[in-house]
Amino acid sequence: MWSEIKALLYKDIQMELRQKYAINSIVLYVFSTVFITYLSFQGDIDSRSWNVMFWIILLFASVNAASKSFVQERPARHFYYYSLSAPQSVILSKIIYNSIMMLLVVLITFVVFQLFLGNMIEGSLLFFASLVLGSLGFASTLTMVAAIASRSDNNFALMAILSFPLMLPFLLALMKLSGIALETSDFTMEAYRLLGMVFGLNLIVIMLSYILFPYLWKE
Amino acid sequence: MKNYWYKILSIVLLLYAIFAGFTVEIPDTNIGDTLRNVFFHVGMWFAMLAVMTSSFISSIKFLSTGEMEHDLKANEAVNVGVYFGILGIITGMLWATFTWGQPWANDPHLNGAAVSLLVYFAYLVLRSAVPDDEKRARISAVYNIFAFVILIVFVGVLPRLSVDTLHPGSGDGNPAFGDMDATMRYVFYPALIGWIMLSLWVLNLKVRYKMIESFIEEKELD
Repeated sequence: MWSEIKALLYKDIQMELRQKYAINSIVLYVFSTVFITYLSFQGDIDSRSWNVMFWIILLFASVNAASKSFVQERPARHFYYYSLSAPQSVILSKIIYNSIMMLLVVLITFVVFQLFLGNMIEGSLLFFASLVLGSLGFASTLTMVAAIASRSDNNFALMAILSFPLMLPFLLALMKLSGIALETSDFTMEAYRLLGMVFGLNLIVIMLSYILFPYLWKE
Repeated sequence: MKNYWYKILSIVLLLYAIFAGFTVEIPDTNIGDTLRNVFFHVGMWFAMLAVMTSSFISSIKFLSTGEMEHDLKANEAVNVGVYFGILGIITGMLWATFTWGQPWANDPHLNGAAVSLLVYFAYLVLRSAVPDDEKRARISAVYNIFAFVILIVFVGVLPRLSVDTLHPGSGDGNPAFGDMDATMRYVFYPALIGWIMLSLWVLNLKVRYKMIESFIEEKELD
C-alpha cells in the first residue's frame, strides 16, 4: 500500500509542478485578500484583529486549495485509479498531498501577512506549532469534504457550505492558540490542552476518512 | 396503532411531566421558577440526540448493506432531529432571556449546539445537491457519520473541557443536570424518557409515511 501511496503522491506533485495552477492561484488569492485587509485597516491593526483576519484568510485560502485537488482530473481518470489502487491509498495520498499544499499555503499567508500587517507574535514556537497542526487539520478535513463534494455538482458553494461547520472546531481552537501565542511566549496549560485537542481531532478525521472513503469511491 | 405500548407510555409520561413540572417543589435558586424549563429544554436536546443516534445507525446500516430503506430512515431522522434541535435552541433562548438577560451568550455550549445544527443543515443542502438516488444516499451517509462525530464532540466533549461557562456543566459537571435535588429528579427522568419516546414516535410516523409515498411512486399507483 505504501508504494501505491508514494506513486499517487508523486503523480500529484509532478502534475502540480508542471502547471503550478493551484499554487499560483492560491498565492494570488492570499496576496489580494491580505492587501484588501491592509487597505481596510489602513495599517493600524491591533493584535486581536490580526489574529482573526489571519485565520479567516487562511480558512478561505485552504478551502480554495483543497477544492482544486479533486477537480483537476476528469471522472474518467478516476475509474483508472479505482482499478489500479486501493481506495485507502488514494485518500491517504490525497491527504498527504493536501497537507504539503496546506503547509505551503500557511507559510505563504504568514509571510504575506507579516509583510503587510507587521509582526505581533510573542511566542513564535507556539505560533508555528499551531500553524503546522492547523494546516494538517485543515488538510485532512478538507480532503474528505472535497471528496464528498466532488461526487456532486462540483461547485464551490457546496464545498464551502459543507466545510465551514466541520472546520469550526479546528478554527476556534487555533484562534485561541494563536491568541495565546500573540501575547506570551511560554506554553501555558491551556495551550497544551488546545494543541492536544487539535491533534486529537485531526486523528479522528483521518481515521474516519480512511474508513469511509472506500464507500464514497465506489461508482 | 402499531406498538401502542410505548406511544401511550410516552403520552402518559409527558402529561405527568407537564403537570408535575409546573407543580413540583423546586429548590430555591436565584432563577426562581424558570428552573422548571429544565424538564422541557433538556428534553428537546436529549430527543435530538436520540434521533440523531438513530440516523447515525441507519447510515452505517446503509453503508454496509446498501438498501435504500436505511437511507430514507437516516434522512427522516435528520429532519426530525433538526426540528427538535431548533425547539431546543428556542427554549434555551427563552430561558436565557430570563436568566442571563439576553437570548444568546458567547458560550462554548451554545455555540457548539448552533454549529452542530449547522452541520446537519449542511447535510440537508448536500442531499438536495445530488440528483442521483444511489449516489445521494452514499454521499449523505458518509457525511452523516462525520456530522454525528462533530455533534458528539461539540455537545458532549467540548463544553466539559471549558473552564468557566454560563451554561451549567463546565469543568467536571454534566451540562444537562445543573442543580437538581431528588424531587426534581422524579419528574426529570420520566420527562426525558417521555420526550425521547415521543421523538422516536414522530420519526416512526415520518418514516412510514415516506415509505408509503415511495411505494406509491414506484408502483405508479397515483
